[in-house]
Parts: sequence; structure tokens; C-alpha cells
Amino acid sequence: MAREWGAGQLWPDRLRAVINEFGQFALWLALALSLGQTVFGLVGRLRRDPALSGAAEGAALAGFLAIATAFAALIHAFVVSDFSVLNVAANSHTAKPLLYKVAGAWGSHEGSMLLWCLMLTGYGAAIVIGGRALPWRLRASTVTVQGALGLLFIAYMVLASNPLARLETPPVEGRSLNPLLQDPALAFHPPFLYAGYVGLSVVFSMSLAALAEGKADAAWARWVRPWTLAAWSLLTVGIMLGSFWAYYELGWGGWWFWDPVENASFMPWLAATALLHSAIVTEKRGALTGWTVFLALLAFTLSMLGAFLVRSGVLTSVHAFAVDPTRGVLLLSILGLTAGTAFAIFAWRAPLLKDDGVFAPVSRESALIVNNIILAASVASVLLGTLYPLIREAMGGETLSVGPPYFNTTFGGLMTLALLVLPAGPLLAWKRGDAAGAIRKLWIAAVIAVASGVLVFAVTSPKKALASAVFALGVWLITGAITEVAERIQAFRAPGAEVRRRLTGLPRGAWGMTLAHIGLGVFVLGAAVESAWKLEASEVLTAGGRTALGGYEVRLASVAPVAGPNYEAERGQVVVTRAGRTVCEGGPERRFYPVGGQTTSEVAICLKGLDDVYLVLGERRAGPNGQAAWLVRAYYNPLARLIFLGPLIMALGGLVSLSDRRLRFAATRGSAKGAAVADPESGTAPA
Amino acid sequence: MRLMARLAAALAGLALIAGASDPAERLSDPAQEARARELFQEVRCLVCQNESIDDSEAPLAKDLRVLIREQIRQGRTDQEILDYLKSRYGEFVLLTPAFSWANAALWGGPLLIVGVGAALLVLRRRREGAAEAALSAEDEAALADLSQPPDQ
Repeated sequence: MAREWGAGQLWPDRLRAVINEFGQFALWLALALSLGQTVFGLVGRLRRDPALSGAAEGAALAGFLAIATAFAALIHAFVVSDFSVLNVAANSHTAKPLLYKVAGAWGSHEGSMLLWCLMLTGYGAAIVIGGRALPWRLRASTVTVQGALGLLFIAYMVLASNPLARLETPPVEGRSLNPLLQDPALAFHPPFLYAGYVGLSVVFSMSLAALAEGKADAAWARWVRPWTLAAWSLLTVGIMLGSFWAYYELGWGGWWFWDPVENASFMPWLAATALLHSAIVTEKRGALTGWTVFLALLAFTLSMLGAFLVRSGVLTSVHAFAVDPTRGVLLLSILGLTAGTAFAIFAWRAPLLKDDGVFAPVSRESALIVNNIILAASVASVLLGTLYPLIREAMGGETLSVGPPYFNTTFGGLMTLALLVLPAGPLLAWKRGDAAGAIRKLWIAAVIAVASGVLVFAVTSPKKALASAVFALGVWLITGAITEVAERIQAFRAPGAEVRRRLTGLPRGAWGMTLAHIGLGVFVLGAAVESAWKLEASEVLTAGGRTALGGYEVRLASVAPVAGPNYEAERGQVVVTRAGRTVCEGGPERRFYPVGGQTTSEVAICLKGLDDVYLVLGERRAGPNGQAAWLVRAYYNPLARLIFLGPLIMALGGLVSLSDRRLRFAATRGSAKGAAVADPESGTAPA
Repeated sequence: MRLMARLAAALAGLALIAGASDPAERLSDPAQEARARELFQEVRCLVCQNESIDDSEAPLAKDLRVLIREQIRQGRTDQEILDYLKSRYGEFVLLTPAFSWANAALWGGPLLIVGVGAALLVLRRRREGAAEAALSAEDEAALADLSQPPDQ
């Protein structure tokens, strides 16, 4: 600590130490506040004492501020490269660009737990601020449950995984962040993902609160929906960013590997998707109440499972568990305690929930139930595929692998079924739908879809029937969604003025659904075409050497050394031409990071409309005459953009839905105040 | 997040580009090469974390690719090659889990949920059909109330 105040230092050492210790203090304060939130909240609710419940809400707000302070202290430590903080010394380096210094704050286990707690307390504060319209009892119980979640995770962080723990003798230089992680998409991937994961904690808390109160009605479902929508949209963007990162950073254009770590984020997404749909049934028809509550509990349980699987390392390597068994066991205990308690309460209290929607076999309700059954089965498929090797091994069986072929068969099959029936759902009426009418409305959409599938099959080579069928399925989703809007506005039937009036009168929620379904179709189109018809070329080229990529010619013009901020690189100048015309010029790099001794490849991607030309510079090898040559790989990935554009459209749909007046907190606040006068018991705090 | 899975590979300082497309390993017959690439996606890189030998740059993955290409050149069928790999490295090497009783829960689990869901949906229909037919006591009372003449 006794270093002199260096000229290049941003802050004097002593001030840094004060900021660190203040952050550390804030962590402990947050722990105490979450305890207060839980205890005051519980006692306040049991005694129906608004003063105590108010204290719990105050603790929720203060707890968020405390965690935010600690988070700011950690970011500060990373930005000024304070290596007296263990986390910084292990994950940062003075030569690292500023963005990655900041992102390094959540790149490690400890930092990511702090981010998790920041989100958890942030959502807790959001319930207090945005949930004023909730009936008093429901809000008091929700704040209590959220406090208990905070207590568990903050205690784990402070006691077993302290992000601000300090070293007695700080090293002169840090060990730096893995260069693969020094990437803009990955800098923003964890915050989005965690905002989505932890956003589901709100619906978890609201569901336990509903079970405690013995009442989950249409109003409850209406409060649950915006939180689910927000979490789902953020999770969608988070997963997409991770996939995009894998696509261009790992260097062979793969974007989904059914890796346990990917599955960990995908399961809560699937559960949240199911929840979004079942909550609609609960809100509009008062049916599926118990199932909606169950899904809300499941979605956050899967979020916690995801965090546990990734952070304990139990799955990526069975042996990683032994590296730090305490943390794994602690995280597993938190998961077991939380989920166990939640589902036990569900089993005990769920029979109290009223469920009184009556509907015919062909109806919007039935369609949404079919959606939920298939999504539940696909969650099971991903969960089983991810955990089965562990289960078999634990039972003393032979170790086996569950790879992409399993998921493509089971998950792919289930999804095909879901996507086939999807466009019909929104066209069916509530209670009693008209199947023949829906088919009549959809036949044009179906004809266009089948025709485009046939067309794709005819014009592509090699011939791939399955991929062409999946392409048709993607078109079917898009034309189906457009048909639904056309039906709503009576396009081609009503007079122009009437159509315009209907068009502008469509609620945002309807537009959100249309966008989300179109986004799904767009994704399916991209995934089908990219996987089936990507082109690959791979040759050892000398400077000036060429190779063919389908109808394109790939030429390695030159290779030159480049110096980066914290790496050295060779950059190839690669030119792609078609019939003499240049279509793409890129500079893929092969980077060497001296601090960690790692080599990475930085791909170059040219956009050609919705297609990608993807260039990789590989290792240096001896050419045919002993001269210097490089392994060059080039890929032509048709419609690859749609794979990432689709999820963005889906997330946008979620946001548009979220902006619907009926779901806005302010709108519900006004109506609930009106209700409070008539019904003081369920309105605001009892006088 | 996914990065953790790839971390080991990165730390080993590997090139991280699809191993199987290396021109030095390629078979001269394009049809055989295409078959080899399809097959590689079914075989796990034993020392990697969830990578097929088609993606992996690890030396062991390369050895397996050379072995499989050699067997394809000798005219063995895909099934023969997979059986050979299984006998040599165990079930672990195959990325598609076998359709066996030991894996019944794995393959059957998702189907079971679809079955149970469909059964519950049908049961619910039956129950509701019955409920719709009979009026509740409350409804009966309300109906009786409504059918009372007003002047009584």
C-alpha cells in the first residue's frame, strides 16, 4: 500500500483504498438491509402493519442503492487498475482498453454475482416504485419474497464470493481478461442476460405472494405480464448477443452448439415464453391460473439453475466442481432451498387458486394450451439433454454424450409441431373458435409458404428437402402473422377509411405479438438456409494465392504485422471477387496476446445484403516451395443476418407490447386508486 | 457465458478454427469427403468440452478424423465406422445417445410430457362438460329468485 503517488496514477492509493473499503461496507450494509426487508416485510404482512411493510420497502430501495454503490466501487477498481483487489488482479490489466476494463467487472464469477445481486435488488426497488398499484397485501408479500431472495444471494456473495476482497500485497500487473472475452458483444451480453434471468425473480416473488394470499386472478396476471415481457425481451437480446459473439469470435461461423452453458440460458427463455402465453389466458379468461403460477416459479428456478450450472462449472467439466466445491455446494443449496420451498408452497396452496374459464376444444385457450404443452416438453428435452450425462453417471452408468443430434431431433421435432399450429392460434376466438374459418382465412398464407418451399428446393443445389421444408415453415409464420393483421383490419373487404381506422386502432399488444411471431419466422428462415447451404473454402495460400468459394474467388492479397493496444497481430488482406468484380475486402487477423500467451483469430465479415462473407486467417505454414503461406478459410453464409435479426424483431415485439396502455403501470395505478376507495382491504394500505 | 465452455480451448492457445476443413487432411474424392464431414458431426472430441471432431483443433480430434477418413477410403459404411468407434472409446464418443432402455427417460421424457399434457386437456374437457350441464347451487338460487313473480 505504501507506493508513492505516481504521476500516471488517476487516484492516490489511499483514496482508492477508501473507495474499496466503502464498497465493501456497502455490501455488508446491503446484506443487513435485505435481512431487514425480509423480516419487516414478513412481520408487517402477518400483523397487517403498514408501517413495518413500509420499512421493508424502504430497505428494498436502500439495499439497491447499497449494492449499486458496491458495484460502482468495483467498476472504479477495474478502471483505475487497482490490483490490491483480488478480482481486478485476476481479471484485468493496465493495457486493456477501457470498455473491457469496465466489462471485466462482470467477467469473473465474483463480479457476475455482484451484477446478479444488483439486478435482484434493482428489480426489488422497481417493484416498490412501479408496483404502487398492486393491492397492499400482494405488494407486501412480493417485497418480502424478493427480500428473502436478496438475502440468500447477497449472503452467498459477501461470505463465499466477495468481489471486493483485497490482497495483502498487490501485484504490479494483473493477469488480464481472456482475450476471447474482450469483445463488444460479450461486454454487453452478461448485463442483458442477467437482466432477463433476474427479471423473472419478480414474477417468482409475485407468484409466491399470490400463493400466500391464496388468490391469483385476472388482475394478478395483468401485473405479471409486463414483468415477464420485460424479462423475456432482455433475455432474448442477451442470448442473441451470446450467439452472435460465438458466430464471429470462435472463427467457424457456428452460432448455436447446444452447449450446456447455452442451454442454461435457453431453458428460462423457453419457460418465460410459455409463461407469456399462459398469463394471457389467465388475464383474459381467468383460466390456467395454477399453471401460470407454476410456470412463473419454474422460469426463475431455471434461471437460478442456469446460473448454478455455469458458475459452478459442474457441467462444462465434471471436475470443475472439485476446484471449488464450497461455491458449487452453496449455490446448489440456494437453488434447492428456494425452488424446494417454492414448489412445496405451490403444492400446498395451489388448490386455493380459482380456475374458472370454460372453453371448447377448438378455441384460443386450447391453442395456447397446446403452445404450453409443447414448450413444456421442449424445456424437458433441453433439461434432460443437459443433465442426463450427469444423471447416468451418478447412477453408476456409462458416461455418455448428448450432443446436437439429440437436440435437433427432439427439440426440432417439437418446435416443428408448434410452428405448424402457431398461425392458427391468434385467428381462433376465445371460448369457442371456428377451425374451418381459421383454415379458410389461412389458405393463401399456406399456399405462399408451400410454394416458396418448393421454389427454394428447385433453385438450390445441393437439393435439401428438410431445409426447404423448414424454409416453408418460416414463410408460414410470417404470412400467417400478416394474415392475422389483415383479418383484424378487414383489409380488402371493408372500405379504405374503415381499414385505416381499424389499423390505427389496433392495440400495441397486437402489434407486439405480430412482430414477435414474424421475428420467429425470420429467424427460422435464416437458420434453415444458413445451416443447409453455407459454402466453405479452406486452402493454404501464399501472398497473391487464390482459391474458389462456390462462384466466388478468394485471394489473399498480402499479410502484414499490426500492433494492437494489448496484442500483436498478423493481418491478411483478403479480396473476394465474382466474375472479376470485387464483392468483399476484409482484413482477418490472427492475434497474439503476450500477457496470457493466447492466440485468437479475428474474423472479417462482409455484409452482402442478408448474407455474410466470412473470412478467417489461420496459422502460418510453409507453402509448396517453402515460402511463407497462411491457412485461409472463407465461408459464404446465406441469410446469416436473419439469424440475429429475427430475435431482435422478437425482442422489439416484446417492447412494443410492453408499451401497451393496458399494461403500463401508470394506467393501472389510476384505476387501482379508484378501486381503493371502494375496497380498502385490497387497495392501498389499510388505514 | 458460453465462454466458460470454450475457455479451456482458448487457454491452450489453440487457433479455434474448424479443424476438419484443414486442406492437409482432406480426401481427394469430394463425395467421400462430404460423407466424412457429416460423420465428424456425430463424433465427440474426447478431450474437448462439448465439441464435435468437426469443430475441434485438438490433436486427438485430428487423429480421429484421420482414422475415420482412412476407414471411409477403405469403403466402410457409416454405421460400421460408428460401431468401431463405440467399441474402442465407449458410448461417450457418440454425440447421439443410443436408443436404449438406459436412455428411455432421455428420449421418452419430452414425449411423456406431451402425452400427459394432452391427457389433462382431455380430462379437463370431460369435467367441464359435466360442470356445464349442472348448475351450481348458487345459480339455482339466483334462477329461482329471478323466476319469482315480482309482486309476491
